[in-house]
Amino acid sequence: MAHEVKPIFGGLIKPKTLTGRIWMVFWLLSIVTIIEVILGIIKPGALVHNRFLGMKLLNWIFIILTVYKAYYITWAFMHMDGEKKWFRRSVVWTGVFLILYLSFIVLVEGGYIYEIMKSSFVPRVF
Amino acid sequence: MGATVAVNSGHDTSKGFGKPFGISYGKMMMWFFILSDALTFSGFIVAYGFSRFKFIEEWPIADEVFNHFPFLHGVDAPMYYVALMTFILIASSVTMVLAVDAGHHMKKNKVITYMFLTIIGGAIFVGSQAWEWKNFIAGGYGAVKTKSGNLLQFTDAEGHRYKMSDFVVASATDRVQHENSNGLWNVNEVALPPYAMKDVVSGFAANPNLRVRIQQLTGEGEKTVLSRAESVEALKLGVHSIEGANLKENEYGHPLFADFFFFITGFHGFHVLTGILINIIIFINVVLGTYEKRGQYEMVEKVGLYWHFVDLVWVFVFTFFYLV
Repeated sequence: MAHEVKPIFGGLIKPKTLTGRIWMVFWLLSIVTIIEVILGIIKPGALVHNRFLGMKLLNWIFIILTVYKAYYITWAFMHMDGEKKWFRRSVVWTGVFLILYLSFIVLVEGGYIYEIMKSSFVPRVF
Repeated sequence: MGATVAVNSGHDTSKGFGKPFGISYGKMMMWFFILSDALTFSGFIVAYGFSRFKFIEEWPIADEVFNHFPFLHGVDAPMYYVALMTFILIASSVTMVLAVDAGHHMKKNKVITYMFLTIIGGAIFVGSQAWEWKNFIAGGYGAVKTKSGNLLQFTDAEGHRYKMSDFVVASATDRVQHENSNGLWNVNEVALPPYAMKDVVSGFAANPNLRVRIQQLTGEGEKTVLSRAESVEALKLGVHSIEGANLKENEYGHPLFADFFFFITGFHGFHVLTGILINIIIFINVVLGTYEKRGQYEMVEKVGLYWHFVDLVWVFVFTFFYLV
């Protein structure tokens, strides 16, 4: 285990102690969560009505912020930043690749079935 | 070089004490377990996404479903409580890292304090989840299910949700729930609907400001509210009333929504529960001085990895169930 204190936030801040670094990450995660909740409650119109790749901009923001939080949990709390490069990659790349692949395939299929059910086979009767 | 040279710690790996990639086998295998568990969870969440994309119109809007806060009855508080739960879990993750850090410095008493706080945080989280389930199962507004399985919900003329219990007057009935203890022991009956359909219809007729809201989305991405005349027509197709949620039907939207909610948050809650149990076992070992004698607190680090993973999964569950 590396015991020296690594800089954080892309080298912007150099915490003096390990404990100080941990608390900084804690506040970062809390603030990001609060931003998510505020966005979820006010739902800005511009973000709800504009879409990118078939998904609302707001949802993209939520997902990006979530991945951002996940990065800090893995790197700072689970000390992934202290592990050797190729060990880190063997865990992170495997997971990221398989999850992206699975979500792409399955979600595209889900959207396709929605279109089919809407347009032809199953009428939405009341 | 880094890709091919795995053994670089100077130890003889053949005796089982080696550290390929400079990491002990215990921690490495914990990481690979976490990887496989992460793939399991992503499988579930992606399956949720599939059903959601497939039934995008019937899917409920999250902040209408999760809008309770302790001691604030009847106040619409969307997502505040889950945000608090997330905060608690992140805080318990922090105390876990602090315990690991104290372990590196061989400070037994600090490890004890921080692990204790972690266990408390985890217990509060599991309790909160139970409360969340309670509200979800009890429901609030009620709905009517139509013949073809669609849901009719109620609003006033401005489109604000209206509780079924506020306008339906239950008429006297002799029909009682069949119970095994009173009738045939081998016959089960599903729970009776909270209100008879004729009472819902007469209650609706008595309140001219009521409207029916169907699940189809408008261009604005909101649920469609029918006109008064259309509402009366739609209500004629109602089969029975629903309050709350179970695995077969729920008042919020498509039945799969409740199924996935119970399954995924339940599976996550089970992880938190096992995490607490493992934490307690390690906590007892710390108190007994096992790791002090061993000369290192690596076991605290390993259980810490698992605990952070539980937090990591919750961050995603939070996004996909409550925000998106």
